[in-house]
Amino acid sequence: MLTVDFQKSLEHFKLACQFQLDDEIMALVGSSGSGKTTLLNCIAGIVHPDGGQITLNGREFFKEGRKPMKIQQRKVGYLFQDYALFPHLSIEENILYGTPRGSDLSHVTELTNILGIRRLLTKYPHQISGGEKQRVALTRALAAKPDVLLLDEPFSALDDDNTRRCQDELFRIHEHWKIPVIFVTHRKADAERLADRVVRIEKGHMTEQL
Amino acid sequence: MPYDMSPLFLSLKVAAISTFFVFFVSIALARLMSRREFVGKSLIDAIILLPLVLPPTVIGFGLIVLFGANGPIGSLLEDWFGFRVVFTWVGAAIASFVVSLPLMYQSVMAAFEKVDPRWENVARTMGVSEWRVFRTITFPLAWPGILAGLIMAFARGIGEFGATLMIAGYIPNVTETVPLAIYFAYEAGNMEKAAFWVIVISAVGVAAITWVNYWRKKTAIRIGRE
Repeated sequence: MLTVDFQKSLEHFKLACQFQLDDEIMALVGSSGSGKTTLLNCIAGIVHPDGGQITLNGREFFKEGRKPMKIQQRKVGYLFQDYALFPHLSIEENILYGTPRGSDLSHVTELTNILGIRRLLTKYPHQISGGEKQRVALTRALAAKPDVLLLDEPFSALDDDNTRRCQDELFRIHEHWKIPVIFVTHRKADAERLADRVVRIEKGHMTEQL
Repeated sequence: MPYDMSPLFLSLKVAAISTFFVFFVSIALARLMSRREFVGKSLIDAIILLPLVLPPTVIGFGLIVLFGANGPIGSLLEDWFGFRVVFTWVGAAIASFVVSLPLMYQSVMAAFEKVDPRWENVARTMGVSEWRVFRTITFPLAWPGILAGLIMAFARGIGEFGATLMIAGYIPNVTETVPLAIYFAYEAGNMEKAAFWVIVISAVGVAAITWVNYWRKKTAIRIGRE
């Protein structure tokens, strides 16, 4: 279970987040600059809250007054808004970057087949389209079998067919792995189709949508 | 060849050895200065960059004070290893190191700052160590800037004159680098010899810049075009 209860001062408002997420899929909606990405960054450990705590399955990611857990130790799968694929590495090297040598890669092979990126493995990020980059970034976020999955607008550059294919695969992975998933989206249809819970953030305040 | 080529070989040796050390020291310093906040950071930054604004004679004087027979480092080296820096090619290499370090340091700092922190953060979320993040992400992405800094440091090392003359002196076939050969040939009225070395050192500079431009274009094809 992911437990989040923290505050962080941003430039124009204070971000206050409080929720518990079982092995569910939660959609985060809200206008640009409302604090959605900052919430994901706090869970990943890229930025730290001012106070409060974040725990995952009893592991303390952050607690006020204590040294935060390192990003490397959190086992977070994170798909960044603009993919952040390593430009100097091939698609295959990008996907396998965080997987230990000799580990079982059957799930990666399956993902590359289902998401239709197998033919791209020898290419470099600048040689593929925006939609392909997004599918590669999703595969990379899942390759290291994370304990929590954070997706910042994972379907924004995909056409309808690929969106459906990625969502189906995400469903399947979620059924299989049973981990908390938080995804940011601007598309209501994505939130309704994929999420068990929909939470809106506006100027740092969270409200659950029923 | 119309002249003994030893000044060129000595200049290349001095510049290569000083650039080798400049490479590691500047990367360590740039990494430290770009990632850590500590008391006296601005002062250390100013000291590293100081040779850029000081006259070469001041640098040479400082090196003689430090590495001379009675200097704090020079006397230790002589007592412990029986090794002298003043009036040797090692003195020339140290002078090259001091004047080229700030150039390389500035290039490396700029190159590190150009690496988008998102890439490093993505790598960290995948559980890899800080050393591996540096080795496989930061360094390769900063490489074009580091390479440009290396060539500038090498070129500066080859061209070093004032501080070299003060600490290494002019001893033909021992400390005679190309800039010293040009100066003393001119002083002796041997314009032909001076012109020869001017053409040689200019050709080395043009070759270095051409090579850097070629490599930068080649690496830019993949880096920075996500």
